[in-house]
Amino acid sequence: MVRLEKRPQPSRAFSWAAPVLAVVATMIFGGLLFAALGKDPVASIETIFWEPLFGDFAFYYRPQLLIKGAPLVLIAIGLSLGFKAGIWNIGAEGQYIMGAIFGAAAGLAFYPEQSVFIFPLMVVAGAFGGWLWAMIPAVLRVKFGTNEILVSLMLVYVAEQFLASVSLGLLKNPEGFGFPGSRNLQQYASAHNGELIAGSGMHWGVVAALIAVIFAYVLLTRHRLGFAIRVTGQAPKAARFSGVNPTRLVLFCMGVSGLLAGLAGLFEVAGPAGQITIDFNVGYGFTAIIVAFLGRLHPVGILLAGGLLALTYIGGDIAQSQLGLPAAAIQVFQGMLLFFLLAFDLFTQFRLRFGQAEVI
Amino acid sequence: MDLSAINPVLFVAGFLVAATPLIFAALGELVVERSGVLNLGVEGMMIIGAICGFAAAVETGSPLLGFFAAAVGGAVLSLLFAFLTQITLANQVASGLALTLFGLGFSALLGQRYVGIKPPRLPEVNFGPLHDIPVLGPVLFSHDIILYLGLALVVAVWAGLKFTRAGLVLRAVGESHDAAHALGYKVVRIRTLAIMFGGACAGLGGAYISLIRVPQWTEGMTAGVGWIALALVVFASWKPWRLLLGAYLFGGITQLQLNLQGAGVAIPVEYLAMSPYVITILVLVVLSADKNAAPASLGRTFHASN
Repeated sequence: MVRLEKRPQPSRAFSWAAPVLAVVATMIFGGLLFAALGKDPVASIETIFWEPLFGDFAFYYRPQLLIKGAPLVLIAIGLSLGFKAGIWNIGAEGQYIMGAIFGAAAGLAFYPEQSVFIFPLMVVAGAFGGWLWAMIPAVLRVKFGTNEILVSLMLVYVAEQFLASVSLGLLKNPEGFGFPGSRNLQQYASAHNGELIAGSGMHWGVVAALIAVIFAYVLLTRHRLGFAIRVTGQAPKAARFSGVNPTRLVLFCMGVSGLLAGLAGLFEVAGPAGQITIDFNVGYGFTAIIVAFLGRLHPVGILLAGGLLALTYIGGDIAQSQLGLPAAAIQVFQGMLLFFLLAFDLFTQFRLRFGQAEVI
Repeated sequence: MDLSAINPVLFVAGFLVAATPLIFAALGELVVERSGVLNLGVEGMMIIGAICGFAAAVETGSPLLGFFAAAVGGAVLSLLFAFLTQITLANQVASGLALTLFGLGFSALLGQRYVGIKPPRLPEVNFGPLHDIPVLGPVLFSHDIILYLGLALVVAVWAGLKFTRAGLVLRAVGESHDAAHALGYKVVRIRTLAIMFGGACAGLGGAYISLIRVPQWTEGMTAGVGWIALALVVFASWKPWRLLLGAYLFGGITQLQLNLQGAGVAIPVEYLAMSPYVITILVLVVLSADKNAAPASLGRTFHASN
């Protein structure tokens, strides 16, 4: 007979082994899925995980890793702070969109002036947009006890409609021949978030993501606020007794996650995406939830997980064009990853005991 | 603007249809939450139901078989959630999100071959002369069987929770799983059954969108209805009758904004389209004071060793 026994201490080793096991299990079951779709499973997995890094065209794909990874890491770092404390902001996609709209609007307001101050101003506006959008669920939770999960998610749909509205109206390119979408920021030097080192994929968003990782690491390990976050997540009552102010914690965690998501949106729209269009967002806000969990809500883990998920995006694109693998298959693949992670996590808190239970 | 373009009879008949997916999904979630489990995967189960139902209806030519397949599809997906939260004791919020992300991707994968196809239509129930009553006939007696099934299910869940032993046990598990366990009830088994019921209901709701309300298949077509259903359970204070009221309220708003779009109101389409979500938030704010109605064990993980 097999039964579960609670470990006296959560296993640290297993806490880090679980994501690795989850990736392996996802590769196996993902391979089976691809086989069911009539694709060669080994070739598919190799295309997704090997080709972008070490394949013949790796020089082209490696920079993409930074471009796709940066928004994921940036958003996931913010989410992880809240998730640690039991504050569930799952509307990062909406905050990402609002950040992009605010930032792009700030830049476009000055078109065609050229100035070094325009891009920094856009960064501030983008961060503000994301922060503002996250403050709605935060304030509602603090003031009225409203469930922040539902409110933040509803606001994603509101933001998507708002995005459609501005790309057809307010921010529409007056010289765009009637096509929806704003002016292309890549052609507006002062607002362009270009590569810092040509051909490396390194743009300001990557720098911001790395700073966010360091900031989160220092906050969580060295700062009183980081301690408050960790205690609140593990033992809310103990946190109250130790003088943690839950209201401020909610506002801080939601605010930071919104701010970082807004930044990610701004860097994306001013750089790789280039313009505000109805569907410029590709779901980074939701994938970042997987990144946060896969990274164990730990800054360094998130950095690694962000890289891995970026790899699945890039490899997925390659597999799509070379093997005809459907785009949705990659989405399933990413979803599976979270499933397996949650399942394997059992062994962090519990261990298996074989044999009959003792009579006490 | 021409408001007279909105036919009141068609409007009311339309919002009964618009409310039905919400009734199914929210009712299923209500039962799940009364058993003490918070399943945030409603959206994922709905979209899986939408495609399973659509595919089965197209392949077999029978919409009723489609609905059956949708219920099975939703329940099977919910078993994944049950496995994660009841067996491997994973966090319910994270597992629910995983279910939604996975469901959205998987449905897109399943649905590739079904884009742009028209599903077979489910005929209206034949009420004979009742259908010919002016106003009431087209409003109340000109719908398909599934819509009436939804209403019957509200009554059944209400009566089941209130008057039956099974309902009492379910509520006991939801209020205090430790006490229920001490009394010898199988907490995990009861919750798993509740989760499967919720999955089947969400699947039916999804299929109602893809087979009757729209009717066609597009990726991500549930567009947040599953999340609104979750909000509706809070709105209803976990009570079936209030849930019905809420579903009609939201169905009415959805239908009204669609009709206003059609009537060419001066408000831009995008702002009308965001109204159901904004109103959901407002309703949540107004009603979040009533927290005591929530099942006491909601969202807490149960393991016999604790």
